Amino acid sequence: MEKTANPTTKQTLIGTRVKKPDAPDKATGKTRYINDMVLPQMLIGKVLFAGRPHARIVRIDTTAAQALPGVHAVLTGQDATGLKFGFSRDNVALKDKVRCEHDEIAAVAAETEEIALRALALIEVEYEDLPGVFTPEAGAREDAPLIHDNFPGNKSLHFEFEHGDLAEAEAASDIIVDNVFRPHHVTHCCMGTSCAIADFDHNGKLTIWTQTQYPYNYKMDLAPALGINPGDIRVIQPPVGGAFGSKLDVYPYEPIAALLAKKTGRPVKVIYSREEEFKASPTRQAAIIHMRTGCTRDGVLTFRSADVLLDNGAYTSWGPTIPVIMMRTVSGHYRVPVVDFKAQAIYTNNPYAGSFRGYGNVQTTWATAQQMDMLADLVDMDPLAFHLKNAQRSGEVTPQKSFLRECALVECLEAAASASDYSRKRTEYAALRDAPGRYKKGIGLASSVHNAGGAKIHKSDGIGTILKMDDYARVTVITGASEIGQGIDAVITLIVAEELGVPLEHVTIVNNDSDVAPWDVGVHASRTTFIAGNGTRRAAQKAKAQILNAAERMLGEPTETLDLRGGQVVFERDGTPLIQLERLLRQMHFKAEPELVMVTDYYEPKSEPEGARHISDHSAAYSHAVHIAEITVDTLTGEITVDKVTAAQDVGRVINRMGLEGQVEGGLAIGLGYALSENMQIDKGMLKNACFRDYKLITAPEMPPLDLHFIESNCAEGPYGAKGISELPTIVIAPAIANALYNATGVRIFNPPMSPETVARAIHERRAQTNAGKVATPAEGLAV
Amino acid sequence: MMSVETEIRFTLNGRPVSLKVPATMKTLAMLRDRLGMTGTKYACGEGECGACTIEIDGKTVNSCLMYAVDCDGREVVTIEGLRTPEGLHPVQQAFVDHGAVQCGFCMPGMIMQARNLLANNPELTREQAQRGLEGNLCRCTGYTKVLDAVEAVAGKNTCGRATP
Ligand code: FES
Ligand code: FES
Repeated sequence: MEKTANPTTKQTLIGTRVKKPDAPDKATGKTRYINDMVLPQMLIGKVLFAGRPHARIVRIDTTAAQALPGVHAVLTGQDATGLKFGFSRDNVALKDKVRCEHDEIAAVAAETEEIALRALALIEVEYEDLPGVFTPEAGAREDAPLIHDNFPGNKSLHFEFEHGDLAEAEAASDIIVDNVFRPHHVTHCCMGTSCAIADFDHNGKLTIWTQTQYPYNYKMDLAPALGINPGDIRVIQPPVGGAFGSKLDVYPYEPIAALLAKKTGRPVKVIYSREEEFKASPTRQAAIIHMRTGCTRDGVLTFRSADVLLDNGAYTSWGPTIPVIMMRTVSGHYRVPVVDFKAQAIYTNNPYAGSFRGYGNVQTTWATAQQMDMLADLVDMDPLAFHLKNAQRSGEVTPQKSFLRECALVECLEAAASASDYSRKRTEYAALRDAPGRYKKGIGLASSVHNAGGAKIHKSDGIGTILKMDDYARVTVITGASEIGQGIDAVITLIVAEELGVPLEHVTIVNNDSDVAPWDVGVHASRTTFIAGNGTRRAAQKAKAQILNAAERMLGEPTETLDLRGGQVVFERDGTPLIQLERLLRQMHFKAEPELVMVTDYYEPKSEPEGARHISDHSAAYSHAVHIAEITVDTLTGEITVDKVTAAQDVGRVINRMGLEGQVEGGLAIGLGYALSENMQIDKGMLKNACFRDYKLITAPEMPPLDLHFIESNCAEGPYGAKGISELPTIVIAPAIANALYNATGVRIFNPPMSPETVARAIHERRAQTNAGKVATPAEGLAV
Repeated sequence: MMSVETEIRFTLNGRPVSLKVPATMKTLAMLRDRLGMTGTKYACGEGECGACTIEIDGKTVNSCLMYAVDCDGREVVTIEGLRTPEGLHPVQQAFVDHGAVQCGFCMPGMIMQARNLLANNPELTREQAQRGLEGNLCRCTGYTKVLDAVEAVAGKNTCGRATP
């Protein structure tokens, strides 16, 4: 890695490999994560969960718990009544009725965790169990038990988007595929379990140390749960053990920590055990997707419709809002002239969903990318050719008005297909499908589109940046951009070093205190490199302009002839050094009319608010990715081994190559787990596998070799041309494997995960059908 | 309900330690809550994730499963013990250089395990590393850069005993 720039040539760090500045402390155990923090006088908070899915609380007695030495506070639903929070104002920190297994019934603050746990055991609660609702279909029935009195019919959020004449498009279709897909419940499994530390000062101001990935909206969302003004909340973000979307909302343990802190006048830390983490964390939204896609005999898409039923769970967090992104894929995954999209979320007594990397697009792409493969099969085209025929190009606009300014879908398809020798292998494996032999090889292609320049679902998608330089040319960037492990720290460092010609090590980032750093919408929607990258670059360029202006005045050389390289002011043309940057800064600071370099910037991307009709160019950029999975299937056990993944993605421009690779590799691993093994087994609202032994993440031996291709489409609005990238790797891999499974065995799996049991059963059923002389239709296609 | 405390003595990262611990206390809790050694992480408490991996008498163990009293008379090395006065241990440095660290929460355990594998087999192959790290979960990285880092150190014979 280039540490200091060579002054004679223009430094360019863009596209190089830059280390994460926090990596040495993390690798040595020095980093103090929120989980490690202890404050003077701190108490430990513990939560009593209901442990049943639907019940009335008949009686609750905390007398014995209160009396236990070392206990400082015991709270129940009576202490937080009326303080509703959440999207639909349907949640409360401590409940007066049980609506899901992990409903928080009481909380204790005590001097040690051991005392807190003993106090919980002393709380007596008498419940009257109520009949529950455990599927959205059941919840939608007229006679279904009501979960919230004020949500009739258990109806939660509803979304619709229509474009074009569906009946006409259906009539014009030669082939229609029609399937129901049921993407399942999975959860984030952050290695650092959920934790919050709250402390009130005596002016009524709350300081909360939290894992949040959206500090400024967090204030707004937390305040109603406490009945205080958002302005009276200071959010501090210590290092966290992952987030992946799970910390994009307020969850009850956070107001509980604050309520306990308020009651005791002392800092209170609530931290989950792994079992609590499994049970009480948000999930990925489960859905039932009835999708239909049509095309003509020569392979031109005619329409796509999706009727989506969402299992809302007991409360409304980000999960049931995913149709906002689902519909962009339904309407924008290839050129789809006619679109009909509906989604309804229904309250159930199941755990509720938050946002999770890929946000709705994991579920939709599971369906769209399999139907693309089915249609290609039915019109007897190589899926690659079918994809290319329908692929959108730069300059096209989707029915929802997503403007694909720089679109590299074709390049992604071609790069992935040629690197993996896709077409040849696909034909070869399909021909061997019914040949004798236990192990079958398959290759599958899938793709998707995702917002890559933020998503304007809030009133603002902007970021504030403050950049200052000291007398030694050390740079501090004070930014709203949060770091949750994804590596924005390295990106910001790289951009500052690039613009100001200072060594990477001379850049410090302050981004963890809402009283210090300015507004940002948070780490989500693959937005941070794009948005914070632009904010940082603009701030650095303002600082550079100020420095070069001062240099012009002092050196008498016009600014256009000057540049900053290698810690010096140099001649732009040949890098001849003129003055040390730190000397110049000191001269600026200590002259008769002194000036300091401290600039501010507010960057708001050129995107349009989502709007109620969902017709808007809601992101400043869009990106595509194509994954090709090569697998071996053990037809006896149903076990899928992923032998290799070729992934091509439009990244706009590579900024930090090492961080980019890391995001793609890590995103793929989450997608592989989703595809193959992860599954929350929820039986009548109760989670049965709340541990890593029974909820299986991808481990090192299962990680396949990856062949990554970064396509640089040079996004005009992105920093140096970059686009946001981190969700697509999680989105595309599962249907690529599903399509490979079809190629290998002729079976289709509609309900993930593709566990050995599921795959073995499907193979067995197909064999039984074939033996009975019934020719299995390859894709449940309907010729009309 | 006072539990019985036992006095134990052991070597922690090369220095002698003695303290009293309850019979039910796990080594992970002793390190983190009694000794302030927070480098070793809790992520499951059930021996299923490897975040709490430490080394005892040259063997890696899940400290969340092992009783603290069993440290008596033994040589304990934690992630904090790998660093030398000259700087990061070569394995730590390789993890940093190869971008293996994202959120980093799994990394103390991952690095302890990787270093131990390399100490026992300096010629460790990528496949052997994959198998050897099976018990260490990471949700961020997809292990690819972890394996790159281990591969870069393999064959360099820099992973002798960790004790300073
Ligand atoms: S915390 Fe010990 S193995 Fe997970
Ligand atoms: S780096 Fe985050 S869990 Fe491994």
